[in-house]
Formats: sequence, structure tokens, C-alpha cells
Amino acid sequence: MNFLAISTEIGILVLALFVMAVDLILPKQETRKSVACITICGLIALLLYGFTQYHFDGSPYFYQNLYFVDNYAIFFKQLFIVAVLFTILFSQDYAQSLLRYRGEFYSLLLFALLGMCVLASANDFLTAFVGLELMTISFYILVGARMSSSNSSEAAVKYLVVGSASTAVMLYGISLVYGSTGSVLFEEICRNPHLLFATSIAGITMILIGFFFKLSVIPFHMWAPDVYQGAPTPVTALLAMGSKAAGLAVLMRVLYTAFPMMGGYWLPILAVLSAVCMIGGNVMAIKQKDLKRMLAYSSIAQAGYMMVGIVAADMPGMKAVLFYAMLYVFANVGAFAVLAVVDQQKGATDHRAVSGLAKSAPILAAVMTISLLSMAGIPPTAGFAGKIYLFTAVVERGYLWLAFVGFVMSMISVYYYLLVAKAMYLGEDRENTKIHISGAVRASVLLSVIATIAIGVCPEQLANITNIAAQTFMR
Amino acid sequence: MGGFPLLSTVLLSPIAAAILLCFISKEAKESVRIIAAGAMTISLALTVFAYFTYDISAGGMQFTEDIPWIKDLGVAYSLGVDGISLPMLLLTDLIGLAAVFSSWNIEKRPKEFFILLLILIAGVTGTFIARDLFIFLLCYEVVVIPIYIMVIIWGSTKRVTKEYAGMKLTIYLLMGSAFMLVGVVALYLQAFPAHMRTFDMEALAMASQLGNFSETFQIFAFFLLLLGFGSLLSMFPFHSWSPDGYAGAPTAVSMIHAGVLKKIGGYGLIRLGLLVLPLGAKFWAPLIAGLAMINVLYAAYIALVQKDLKYVIGYSSVSHMGYVLLGFAALNVISISGAVANMVAHGVMSALFFSMIGYVYEKTHMRSVTELRGLAHQMPRVAVGFMLAGMASVGLPGLIGFVPEFTIFVGSFGVYPIFAILAISGIIFTALYTLRVLAKVLFGPKDTRFDAFRDARGVEMMPLILLGIVLVGFGLFPQVLMGVVGSGVEPLLPLLNHIADAPTLLGGI
Repeated sequence: MNFLAISTEIGILVLALFVMAVDLILPKQETRKSVACITICGLIALLLYGFTQYHFDGSPYFYQNLYFVDNYAIFFKQLFIVAVLFTILFSQDYAQSLLRYRGEFYSLLLFALLGMCVLASANDFLTAFVGLELMTISFYILVGARMSSSNSSEAAVKYLVVGSASTAVMLYGISLVYGSTGSVLFEEICRNPHLLFATSIAGITMILIGFFFKLSVIPFHMWAPDVYQGAPTPVTALLAMGSKAAGLAVLMRVLYTAFPMMGGYWLPILAVLSAVCMIGGNVMAIKQKDLKRMLAYSSIAQAGYMMVGIVAADMPGMKAVLFYAMLYVFANVGAFAVLAVVDQQKGATDHRAVSGLAKSAPILAAVMTISLLSMAGIPPTAGFAGKIYLFTAVVERGYLWLAFVGFVMSMISVYYYLLVAKAMYLGEDRENTKIHISGAVRASVLLSVIATIAIGVCPEQLANITNIAAQTFMR
Repeated sequence: MGGFPLLSTVLLSPIAAAILLCFISKEAKESVRIIAAGAMTISLALTVFAYFTYDISAGGMQFTEDIPWIKDLGVAYSLGVDGISLPMLLLTDLIGLAAVFSSWNIEKRPKEFFILLLILIAGVTGTFIARDLFIFLLCYEVVVIPIYIMVIIWGSTKRVTKEYAGMKLTIYLLMGSAFMLVGVVALYLQAFPAHMRTFDMEALAMASQLGNFSETFQIFAFFLLLLGFGSLLSMFPFHSWSPDGYAGAPTAVSMIHAGVLKKIGGYGLIRLGLLVLPLGAKFWAPLIAGLAMINVLYAAYIALVQKDLKYVIGYSSVSHMGYVLLGFAALNVISISGAVANMVAHGVMSALFFSMIGYVYEKTHMRSVTELRGLAHQMPRVAVGFMLAGMASVGLPGLIGFVPEFTIFVGSFGVYPIFAILAISGIIFTALYTLRVLAKVLFGPKDTRFDAFRDARGVEMMPLILLGIVLVGFGLFPQVLMGVVGSGVEPLLPLLNHIADAPTLLGGI
């Protein structure tokens, strides 16, 4: 067995267990700083290690093809590591003041990360399922981590119920596909002639529905706003960028390697749903007063944009999805890091809580504005380049209407993003609270904003990496 | 020119100044203004230099710069100016500098104001000198957000709130650009097979000549571009953002917006619509001519009854854009030269108007035609500015407005005689509303309420001097303007002849 292939996962697991142990051994009042520090250092090491793993020859399998480490998987693992890294970086103060079990918080984040990494590499339905459950169950606990807040507990229960239901649906779908094809390995399913039977089509539908729940695609999105609003703000951030990207990673893997023959069946569904997501998410976001709810709806729309790339179903499309997923991480970090600070120090995340932020914390207001504009796709932020990649890919495949919907809706999204900017720059802060920004938060917002603008101004470096990642997949 | 990157310097000097301003103390108002003015003076000086060294007999793109940028998309940082974009560039830097001087007395957060203003100017400059479509779009979208922030912070609330005005302006601009983006993406993909793709506008025009765009495609894509550029040019029925937006915006934004930003619409229609999609342009030309006529008459008619000075000029600019559209729609060399020259003429006069209104409003906090009267007694210099702009707007010979409008009528009369006659009759309305406003505001008995307000002096005179010189200079020596414009438009002759002969789907309606 080629253990080198799963070295990243082993590293994360060791780190998670180590963090847990350190939390138990060290005296209680000293754990926060050291645990966060250890985690961050470990994750940076893993992130850099990821760069050494890119390869140009055959990609390694692990244990009877259960696990496939191609450049695509490596790219996504790096993306997850970046997401978790930033989340930990900006959540230190938040965790310190609002959460009761700090050490567990970090190790749970790492377990969720492990789940995501397994998802990115999974090459059969069972491994994918294990990864999905590892990630989701960690998130159930993380969402409820603010034990004093009833909103948080409510969100956790809601997430648990909806999540379990969707898991059940997906598992049933997997069993149907297994029943008709006799395999859970993606590559074997792909070649199986029984895939066209009614039972396996029903199975595929159920699997898709399961994924749509996880990705909160309209009409399976009802849980998202409540959960996003109730969850601790850093966890919301990770839900929006990490969990969503993981779902996309495995969805693309399943669709392109297990069911490519059924393209005629799922492509139209995906095209329509991505349009519905872009329209619905953006329109419903307009009315939201709470920024976390607003970002929940906007994340539905963002999932729609990324699905546009899946619809293209070719190399440029996949490259665009990878590119967009990465820039969305940076935009999300910027927005949620600011929200976490506001949430922690003012106890709310609505328009009133951020009003006057431009005076009390100009740097946070600027970061928030730039991050939101990146989500809307206004140059010179990364979002513009990302959308150009996505929509050129899909127009080339003949879906001009999808690009039409996408561009128009992203301009509509500017409206509600600018309402936030207006509150921050024009609004008056009645309580005159002093906003304290710690070094870690400052570092994370600055890094994310620099990344957003750097990718926007010279997208070529990231485009090259995504190209390499997409190439191994689309051989 | 050796290796000196002239156009890059013109583009980057405001950006460099904006970055420099970020590091200057908030309190240092004087240095903020001086840096902004200095950067714009450099840009303007270089532009004037380029304008007079541009080789008219050679024509084509000059002062070119090329640096590959995003290779997998085929984007290059390529700049250059020809006879169509050079006057636009001159206009941008001229109005940019005038706008800086018009904002000299700004008291509220001057540092942020000038940073945003410089970004705005750089963005507009970029659209005119870009030879790459990607850069063009990028620069165009960059300007939207500074405008929004400037309107909601420094704007004024009169008939509509400044928040409403800012949002309306932003939404219209962005919705237009959404349609434009779809059209551009379609163009980009249709032009060349994969691996040869490029956003280079000349290459796209070449693809068009090679016949890579079918006629139906051209008609469809041109329609998308027309929606985008048309709403930017305040083409009826997408014009309503213009008066509201100008009324809410601070003086500098009104000047730049009415003076140059709007002209990106006309410029884009020629550069992209006509050169890349000639058959599409021919198909939609009659519709554009019809809408142009509505623009001219309808907007002028509304301007007659406006009470707020900014609304009068707002509707007047909608009306003047009708002439530009008419010149474009006639699709011949004379009328298109007139359209380009008229964009310049209107830019200068509307910027001067807004600058003068801004000055009066800054002092008296009044903009209403019914309240202001007899200002010529207390503010003779401002009155000169008003008169110059007003007379140019009416089209008085010897000022900048006459020759371009005359050229448009000459060019379009043969193609759309009825529309041309109707549009000429629009001049009567123009004269009516302009003279009515000027008579009420400037002349009549002296009103003692205004005795306390002093006339423009010192730096405040700069917008009047700068714009006034151009207004009279180009009026007395129209050849200085028309020569350069002609050198850009005349190469279109074979293309225009070609589409005039080409049968179209509906025979051009």
C-alpha cells in the first residue's frame, strides 16, 4: 500500500489528535494561544507540502483504487487547508470570548478538514460517504458550539435533521446504483451497461438530490439561511467556503467519472438549477437585514455560478470552477473575518451593527467592501476574472442564456452588496463602540484582500495551477 | 517617440497620485489638492503633446504599447490612440483637471474624495486608450464603484435623495454592462477557434472582415452592445438615470459623467459596434435613428419645464446625445465625424455648465431657476462661463458646438431626411430652454440677496479658463478638431461602402 499517497490526510489526523492531547495536558487558561499556534503552523506546513505533490505522470491510487490522488484532489486539499487556516486565524478572539470548549473547537475544525480532504480524493461511493459524514458530523457539533446561544443550538438541530435526511436519501441512491451495477467504484460504474436501468436512474437522481442538499441548491436550500445565521460566525464562513467546495469537488468527480454517459440526463437539470440558484439566491438576498443571512443567500448564488462551470463539462469549465472556488475562499474570508469581529464586539450582525464601521475601523470597512465586490465580480478584484473564465467556458458549449442570467444577476447582486457598503460608509454608529482588531485578524483580512486583488490583477498564476489540476482529471 | 511610454504615463499618473494620497495625512488638505492637480496637469500636458504630434497623414493607431498579460485568455496590456480616441483622451484629461479645480473648496473628507476622483479619471482614460477589449471592460467597470461612493457621500439631496440617485446611476450602468459583457463574450468566442483567441480589438475587426461572424450573429450581438452602450449614452428609453444621477452627484462627478463617461457609449458603438459588427450596425441603424430623434425632441421638451438647473443640463445632455446617435446611425464618413466631434463639443460645454452650476450652488446653496436671478451683477465671470456654455449648446458659430452639429446634419440629411429635419428643429427647443434659463438666472434686476457672494477668483477660475479656451479655440479653428477626427474616421470609408452595398436580412428596413 502506497501510504505516501495519503500523507496529507495522515498529517491532518495526527495534527487533530495532537491538538486534542495538548488541550488536555496544558493548563486550561493557557491553551488557547498555544493550540491555535500549533494548528496554524501545522496547516502551513501541510499547505506547502501540497505544492510538492503536483505531478505530471500517472496519479497514484491507494488501496484497490478506493482513493485517487490526482492534481485535482491536491488542489482542492490545498483550498480546504487555506480555508481552515484562515478560519482559525480570524476566529481566535471569537473563540476566546464566546465559545466554551476552545481546544475541541480547533480539533473539530481539523476533523472537518480531514473529511473534506477524503471527499476530494474519494474514488468510490463508500469512501466519499465516509468523508461526507466525517465532515458533516463535525459541522453539526461546530454549528452548535455556542452553547449559551439558543440560535446556535437551534441551527445545530436544524442542520442535524436536514443533514441526516439528505444523507439517508443519498445512501439510498447509492444502494440503488450498487444494486443495479454491482459496484461502488466510480470507474467500474461508468463502464457498466446496467446504468441505464430505471433503478439506477432513480439512484442517480437520489444521489444528486443528496448533493444538492449539501450544496444548498434551490429548491433544497431552506436550511441554509437559518443555519448560517445561528452558527458561530467562523463556522458559517467555513460552511460557506469549505463545505460547499468539498461538495462541489466530489460532485464533479461523481458526475464526470461515474456518470459521464448519463450527461444528457443530468446536464439540463444542472443547467436549470444553476440558473435558478443564481436568480433565487440573488433576489432573496436583497431583502435580508442580517448580513449572515444575506451571505447565506449570496452563497447559494455563488454555488449557482460554480455549477455553471460544471455544466460546461470540459477542461475550461472545470478550470473555471477551481479558479472560482479559490477566489471565493478569499472573498469569504474577508467578509466573514470582519463579521466575526463585529459579531464578537457588538453582539449582532445586521446592517445597524456595521453602520459607521468606516469611522471606527476603516480597514475592516475597506476589506468588507472589496470582498463583497469580488463576490459580485467587479474588477479589479478576482471575481471579474473568475466570472469571465466561467462564462466563456459555458458560452462555448452553447449555453449563452446561462451566461446572460449569470451576468445580469451578478449586477443585481451589486445592489445588496452596496447597501452594506452604504451602511458602513454613511451610517452613524450610535453607541460609538471602539472596535479592537487583534494582530491575527488584521493579518487574515489583509492577506485575503491582497490575494483577492492580486488574483484579479494577474490571474495567470492561479489559472496555471488550476489548469494543471483540471488536466489530470480530464485526460 | 523613442521608448517613452506616453500613454501609460497618462493612465498611471492619476493612479500613482491616488496611491500617494493614501499615505498623506487627512489634515493636509492643501497638499492633497496640489498632488491631485499636479498629476492631472502631467496627464493633460502629455495628452496635449500627443494631440499635436499625432501624425494625421499617417493615421491609425499611434503611441502604441504592447505587453502580454493574461496569456490563456489572450489578453494584452495594449494601448494606443487613433483619430477617434485621441480627442476623447484629450477631453478626459481636460475635464479631469477642470474637475479637480472645481472640487478645490471641498471641505468634507477631501483626501478620500480626491483618491476616488483620480481612480475615476484613470478608469475613464483607460477605456479610451485601450486597444484590448478586456482592458476596456475592466476600466469601464472600475469607474462604477467610485461614482457610487462619491454620490452617496458628497452628493446633494434635492428632488431625489443622493442615495437614490447614486443607486440608480450604478444599477443602470451595471445592467448595461451586463448585456455588454454577454455580447463581448459571444464575440470573443465566435471570432477565432480555441488557442487563437484574443481580446485585441483590431484582431476582432479582422475576424469580422474574414467573415467569421454570420449576419444573424452580428445582428444579435450588436443588439446586446446597443443595450449596453445605449444605456450608457442615455439613449431613449434608457435615459432616466442621467438627469437624476447628475442632480444627485457632486460637481466633479457630474462633470466627468456628463462630459466623458457618457461618451464611452458612443465611442464603444463606433469602435466595437461598427468596426467589428458592421452588418449588425446597418440592421439596427434605422431604429437608432428613430430613438435618436426621440432623444433630441423629447428630452429638449422636458428640459423646457425643469426648475432645477442641474435637471435642465441633465435633460439637455440627453438631447445632445440624440445628435450623436443620429450621426452614428446615418453610417457615413461625414456624419460619423460629426458624431465624434459632437461628443467632444458636448463634453466641454456640459462640463463647463456643471462646473458653473457647482460654483453657484457651493456659494448660494440654490440651483432653482425660480430662485436665482440677476447673478451677472454679482458674479460676472461665472456669467461669462454660463454664456459660453449656453451659446455653444445652442450651436452659435464661432463656438465649439456649431461645426459638429452642422456636420451631423449634412451627413445624415441624405440618409434620413425626415429625421434630420425633425432633429434640426430640435435646435429651436434647445435655444428656448437655454435662453430661458440664462435670462432668468443671469440677467434682470440686481437681487441684493446675492450681494454677499463673491465672484469666482484665483483657482476657482481655472475650470472656466481651461474649458473656455478649448470651447472658443475649437470653435474658431474647427480644423484642429475635425482634422484629427477625420483621420480616424476616413479609414472607415471602405467598410461603410461595403455595408451600404451589402444586402441585409430586412434590407435595412
